[in-house]
Amino acid sequence: MIKINNLDFAYNNTQVFKNISLEFEKGNIYGLLGENGVGKTTLLKLICGLQKPQHGSVTVDGLTPSMRQPQFLQNVYFLPEEVITEDTTPEKFIQKIGVFYPRYDFALFNQLMKELEVDLAKKFNELSHGQKKKALLACALSLQTDYLFLDEPTNGLDIPSKALFRKVISQYCNDETTVIISTHQVKDVENLIDPIIILDRDDVLLKASFAEITKKLYFEYGPERLQNAYYTEMLPGGYINVMPNEDGLESNINIEALFNAVMKNKETIKNLMQNE
Amino acid sequence: MDFNGHKPIYLQIYDHVCERILNGEFRSGDRVMSVRELGIELGVNPNTVMRAFERLQMKEIIATKRGIGFYVCDDAKEKILSEQKKEFLETEVPEFLKKMELYGIKMEDIIKCRV
Repeated sequence: MIKINNLDFAYNNTQVFKNISLEFEKGNIYGLLGENGVGKTTLLKLICGLQKPQHGSVTVDGLTPSMRQPQFLQNVYFLPEEVITEDTTPEKFIQKIGVFYPRYDFALFNQLMKELEVDLAKKFNELSHGQKKKALLACALSLQTDYLFLDEPTNGLDIPSKALFRKVISQYCNDETTVIISTHQVKDVENLIDPIIILDRDDVLLKASFAEITKKLYFEYGPERLQNAYYTEMLPGGYINVMPNEDGLESNINIEALFNAVMKNKETIKNLMQNE
Repeated sequence: MDFNGHKPIYLQIYDHVCERILNGEFRSGDRVMSVRELGIELGVNPNTVMRAFERLQMKEIIATKRGIGFYVCDDAKEKILSEQKKEFLETEVPEFLKKMELYGIKMEDIIKCRV
């Protein structure tokens, strides 16, 4: 379990987090959303020990990431958005870093490379952007850490690869794993992420499972704009209205509409979600 | 499997499993795939599949047996059909009748459509 308590973090004079508290439980695939620059990547870096909190604490199964103890590091992998372009093949790369991870599985790496259709013979700097991302994903997944953090993992993937991505992530997860996917491409991970976390400058606007969200909010797909909607958007063939769910109806979450509804009604929805 | 926009995903997965029971892919007493297997096949969150399976269990379409996992209940097919019939009569038929009235279509016109 990841526990963040009263965390403050700033880059020089730019405050990123102010007194935020957040918990991540195992067995989940969290979707981390937020506008550009709100600190999604910074949060992942704080959880994996690449940054140190200035105030408050971050712990992962009781360990402090910024202490970078081997027993912590061997169970965590962070795949950054920017892809490395090392002059080596993914195979050599994974063999080099694999030794640090007790559950690393080379056969799984080969299987994933095959499944994701990445050319085994090529070096990173000879692969296309999308191929590179897939090769690094195969590397990350073959380490089999309980904690896996992916920053914009679907950027640059072609359409069939996005479906494969969802498949391999679903395959990766079990009761012990905690996966956090930071993304703007919500369509790519639409039925994969649950719970959802929406970050704002300094603050956490929403952290809720789909079940919790649909209990409080109703996504109405219909021919018109509704007056009391938190947010309305035109879709081909009608409108989607994000409404308070007063009648306890079931609906399907549209993550983009949810995001916009939350951004437009920060305090209202925050309070709505907090009320039991 | 294509998900549509309106219905919660877990209910769409519920329907999907029912469909596979109706078309005979899973028969009474058969083991159904695990939550994990179906999650991978559909590329969705395992927790979402779990929610669908909980509903299937609640409706006594599937049940668990220790060491086996989920299997299809004896009269699963009948239960699904009666539930679908009820849903058809309660939601689709009123909608259909409303449209008939709106377009001025008579019962005779409908009978004529029958193949």
